[in-house]
Amino acid sequence: MSEQKKFHWSSITRHHLFLPIMCLIVVLLSNLIKTPDFFAISMRDGVLYGYIIDVINRASELVILAVGMTLVTAASGGQDISVGAVMAVAAAVCCQILSGGQTSVDAFQNPLILGVLAALAAAALCGAFNGYLVAHLHIQPMVATLILYTAGRGIAQLVTGGQITYVRVGAYSMWGGALPHMLFPLPVFFAVAVVLIVSLILKKSALGLYIESVGINSSSSRLVGLNAKRIKMITYIICGLLAGIAGFVASSRIYSADANNIGLNLEMDAILAVALGGNILSGGKFSIAGSVIGAYTIQALTTTLYAMNVSSDQLPVYKAIVVVIIVTLQSPVFQKFINNQRAKRAVKRGQTNGGAVV
Amino acid sequence: MENNIVLEMKGIDKLFPGVKALQNVDFTLRQGEIHALMGENGAGKSTLIKVLTGVYPMDGGEIIMEGKSIVNHSPEQAQENGISTVYQEITLCPNLSVAENLFIGREPRKAGFIDWKAMNKRSAELLENLDIHVAPAQELDECSIAVQQMIAIARAVDMKCRVLILDEPTSSLDDDEVEKLFVLMNKLKAQGVGIIFVTHFLEQVYAVCDRITVLRNGELVGEYTTKELPRYQLVAKMMGKDFDDLADIKSEHAGKPHAAGAPVIEATGIGHKGTIRPFDLTVEKGEVIGLTGLLGSGRSELVRAIYGADKADSGTLKVNGKQAKINAPIDAMQQGMAYLPEDRKRDGIIADLSVRENIIIALQAKRGMFHPMSRKEMDEAADKYIDMLQIKTASRETPIKSLSGGNQQKCIIGRWLLTNPDFLILDEPTRGIDIGTKTEIQKLVLDLADKGMSVAFISSEIEEMLRTCSRMAVLRDGKKVGELSGSDLTQDKIMQTIAGGDKTNV
Repeated sequence: MSEQKKFHWSSITRHHLFLPIMCLIVVLLSNLIKTPDFFAISMRDGVLYGYIIDVINRASELVILAVGMTLVTAASGGQDISVGAVMAVAAAVCCQILSGGQTSVDAFQNPLILGVLAALAAAALCGAFNGYLVAHLHIQPMVATLILYTAGRGIAQLVTGGQITYVRVGAYSMWGGALPHMLFPLPVFFAVAVVLIVSLILKKSALGLYIESVGINSSSSRLVGLNAKRIKMITYIICGLLAGIAGFVASSRIYSADANNIGLNLEMDAILAVALGGNILSGGKFSIAGSVIGAYTIQALTTTLYAMNVSSDQLPVYKAIVVVIIVTLQSPVFQKFINNQRAKRAVKRGQTNGGAVV
Repeated sequence: MENNIVLEMKGIDKLFPGVKALQNVDFTLRQGEIHALMGENGAGKSTLIKVLTGVYPMDGGEIIMEGKSIVNHSPEQAQENGISTVYQEITLCPNLSVAENLFIGREPRKAGFIDWKAMNKRSAELLENLDIHVAPAQELDECSIAVQQMIAIARAVDMKCRVLILDEPTSSLDDDEVEKLFVLMNKLKAQGVGIIFVTHFLEQVYAVCDRITVLRNGELVGEYTTKELPRYQLVAKMMGKDFDDLADIKSEHAGKPHAAGAPVIEATGIGHKGTIRPFDLTVEKGEVIGLTGLLGSGRSELVRAIYGADKADSGTLKVNGKQAKINAPIDAMQQGMAYLPEDRKRDGIIADLSVRENIIIALQAKRGMFHPMSRKEMDEAADKYIDMLQIKTASRETPIKSLSGGNQQKCIIGRWLLTNPDFLILDEPTRGIDIGTKTEIQKLVLDLADKGMSVAFISSEIEEMLRTCSRMAVLRDGKKVGELSGSDLTQDKIMQTIAGGDKTNV
């Protein structure tokens, strides 16, 4: 009986999501030391409140970005560092259309759907631009996306005319807030929808297999009839599109387009989320679930540090320390070390057992 | 006579884990001679060169340079001892000037600073002396590959080398450039430099070399004077066939003549610049056609041009009598072609994916992204070929990279059989595979042909080709030079055609 239990335990610890989930749990539990009411949840107007809900809410944009980043990483073996800036572009386009060119409005000047679609189109176009550079011109992803990383916020500024455009309309800001009786704030639903839809696409088409194949061996993939360029292009367009959705959510939270601050440094967190999720940054096999857990881990970490009264300018230092620990735990070298230790212990146990029997 | 020996390698041994890369190899180079080092891939040519230049330590034997025993621990040390190497890929700095490249690392100095004037002057003299027409101040990048190669040679010569190794220097040169290189080589030869010339091109060996040393499977076959060794015998020696005991396999083969069928593939003037010159080829239904030639002769490149792996830049292709436009492999697949590539690791397997995914990927790609195969269909397909080809794997979900080479190859064959092709291209399907699997694959090829599939078969082993092919196309130096069938399908006839030149005119 106990034998069987042991077997089950090891099959759990070897699962590729085991470490990411453990990291998330450890980060969450560490809050109990200083913030005993971390897991306390209250309900007002049919909406949940509490630290943990805050983590889930605040992580929404990051989750959306991490999904796109996972696909890009898997197919091209590189990362899209322009997603933060693309968020700003999408927000700027959306707010500018909704405000009809004014810096602050109290009513929509154009239909909301027009603003959203235009924002998503602009973001997808940014993704297509990145994809073209990477897939067709064979520019390293990091370098190719560096262009929009630096230029994106400038473009957003151009769109808004150098101003912060405010859309002070309830029908806009609600998307970043909470509606009564919906249980969770609305951004959470965006994140869940993105994860579900992308997972569904990957499951219902052969895209997931294609992406992995191209990421592992682009040359073999071409010879079995895959169009590696097109597949890389698709992942960058999806990544751009998702950055656009994240930009819309971030902008509706503050009912404005702040070109300098929307999505600032979020690309790095998104890459980190992919890595924390146990994905290999050089491409190939991937796990969306891993990246999503990674994204929540990062947000949990940020919220935890805030809850411990770490000031926001010191935050990156503590974050870095924790990230170093998590990444080390998941590194192949460390894993090998652990496996060796395990093997040694098993040998020892075997010897003592053997001795006892003889 | 023998006192003009400049370099002698005696009884060289080199072991790699599990392989004897070189076994008791002797090599002698005389002053002012051009000496070809020949052998098929894996014969030990590059290993011998690397031992000589100190890239690899040797495990046994002796290197004697001008009567003194020397040991080279690094290419730099070899250079100090007067042995220079010019590689196929230029190892100079493309963004520096010609003069800088000639003197990099040993710049003439005046009061601690580089004496640019002296450097440019000496460069000009050196280039003039060797008839290389290029300005010392020109950036290396702007020179042609051939000139770059010559500059690399000039640098070696100026460093007082007595032994110059040219490792496949002509692979990326056109005919004119090769001619110029030969003029330079002959000039150096006249100055008393001993040149070791490593190449795959038979024509070039006979155009410029005085002697030939042949290696095979890490062992010395022999040293010959070029004049006294006919080409076909050189080919026979490289392939390890004694010319006298050939022609015995023919009888074994005679039993299965190919009944003429409708043409499946008709290529007219298909070519790809730089790899294969325009060729015509017809493949009939149910036929196994062999493509033979030495390595680098263009046999892989020929099928790659048909399959669209390298997009053909000339000619027309008809598939089953209909004009076909092949821009990429997927087009060829839609026309019913399948291609097992030569380099299994690089172009064949998708290492991290499972056996199942590796088997179904081609069919899935053929169907398109939005028509995914169901899990059940995939499992059935994978199981069918694991069973049929007896692929030894723990399960169908095992990553293909953890299988042995032979089993990986079977997965790739299964991948293509699953697409039910009309024309199956097998490029070296049996290389590096144990003898049992080899025979299985050969049998499979014949069975498939019996069932009406057309197969193009490429192999370095002539016996294998004779056993499976009913017709053979012969290639040499990137050109299709002939076709053999029926009673002409004998080992000596094939080798003569491969060798070309002095004995036969095809």
